[in-house]
Amino acid sequence: MKLVVAIIQPHRLENVRQALTDIGINGMTVTEVRGYGRQRGHTEIYRGAEYTISFIPKLKLEIGLADERVEDAVLAITKAARTGKIGDGKIFTLDLHAAQRVRTGETGEGAL
Amino acid sequence: MIDAADTAWMLTATSLVLLMTLPALALFYGGLVQAKNILSVLVQCAAVAALCSVLWFALGYSLSFSGDGPWLGDGAAFFLQGLARDAVHPGTKIPESVFVMFQMTFAVITPALIIGAYVERIRFAAVLVISGLWMLLVYAPVAHWVWGGGWLAKMGVMDFAGGIVVHVTAGVSALVIAWMIKPRQEFPQGIRPPHAPWMVMVGASMLWVGWFGFNAGSAVSSGADAGMAMLATHLSAASATLAWMAIEWIKFGKPSLVGAVTGTIAGLATITPAAGVTGPMGAVAMGVAAACVCYFAVWLVKKKMGVDDALDVLGVHGVGGGMGTMLLPFVALVGAGGGTLGQAPSQQFVTQTIGVAAVALFSAVATFIITKLADMLVGLRVDREHETQGLDFATHGETGYHINR
Repeated sequence: MKLVVAIIQPHRLENVRQALTDIGINGMTVTEVRGYGRQRGHTEIYRGAEYTISFIPKLKLEIGLADERVEDAVLAITKAARTGKIGDGKIFTLDLHAAQRVRTGETGEGAL
Repeated sequence: MIDAADTAWMLTATSLVLLMTLPALALFYGGLVQAKNILSVLVQCAAVAALCSVLWFALGYSLSFSGDGPWLGDGAAFFLQGLARDAVHPGTKIPESVFVMFQMTFAVITPALIIGAYVERIRFAAVLVISGLWMLLVYAPVAHWVWGGGWLAKMGVMDFAGGIVVHVTAGVSALVIAWMIKPRQEFPQGIRPPHAPWMVMVGASMLWVGWFGFNAGSAVSSGADAGMAMLATHLSAASATLAWMAIEWIKFGKPSLVGAVTGTIAGLATITPAAGVTGPMGAVAMGVAAACVCYFAVWLVKKKMGVDDALDVLGVHGVGGGMGTMLLPFVALVGAGGGTLGQAPSQQFVTQTIGVAAVALFSAVATFIITKLADMLVGLRVDREHETQGLDFATHGETGYHINR
């Protein structure tokens, strides 16, 4: 099992959710996060003064998947989240050691 | 003789002006600071309003409006002693009680305007000491000079609703306090942007409406002068809003909300002294001038002088009110609907300029002394750690927002 962690632009969430639903992935956890990569923040202007915003709002998606679904999922997220401009985000894939459904106690891939 | 129509309008106008401090100014300023300091700004506005109301009752009103000495009123109306229920304010058709209350709302908002200079770093006790002393030692004398029959009134200075009395005093004093209390730790590079621009807009909009009470109420009657003052006030605000937006749009490619409503306030402050003598066309000219000059003034104070007048009290209020006072003799002549000047325009301009300069100088010196005194008594600044943590929790034990925490 793998955990896919995707950092995306907030306004692409609905696109990504739809793309994942289309390939049969139903379930994810979304967190509002702030950060920067190569984009290095942006500037905003109030009353003529420039303010540097280093940490830009992003969304973090976490999705637990069976190994064979990972490639499709990463591809779908990439396609749906991409605008082509700097700041589109990153996708990380981590090994997932265990999973358990709280309601039923199922473990392993059955719990995903 | 008490006139019912005049009295009804003045009761309304008084309510509108109090609304300008509570909550309009509080929201306008509150939205401009960081989320960790929102409550400190709100409580400062509320406390200054309460404190200055009581001080106005005790001493301020008498020092401003009782007696006609050149420098200061007398003590005959301390604690509003001898205020008869049916007393009529001299020269008007409204009850003395209504005049006291109307003027009280001005004595409340003027020290509250200064809050914008020292937010995010001041000790709460210093806010109270400075505001209380300032209302009694700066605002009350100047109100007497200009509106209470003092030396500037005798000289012929025209200040309809407080370009000098409210905006020049507050703006200049704000600069002095901001300079003395020193910049916020992160100034200028690391200053955070306004935490809630929407709140700034809500506050500015309520100030806009409240200003009808401020300016049209300064006619102290419900007739033609009040009507034209309201029209001039609105047109100046509207044209200044458009002009500030245009400046930003051209300069940065995007018209911003905070910029637009800052233009509104600049237009309102600028028309304030002239609202009684300006016709519609003069008011539009005044609004455009307000946006152009105040925009430049904000930049000058922040970038060139390096003074952390955090919410631009001098740049927007002081410069606007001073400019309006000095432009008054000229805009009164633009188009139809203007009032009459007391002196020939060139002479009136000299008189107005003397008024602005004298009050600016007096405000600066008196505020310097008051601030020194406050520093010795209670200290001006919070600890570095508290400043970083935010005044809401450090000073008041409360947190503005409990979302996701």
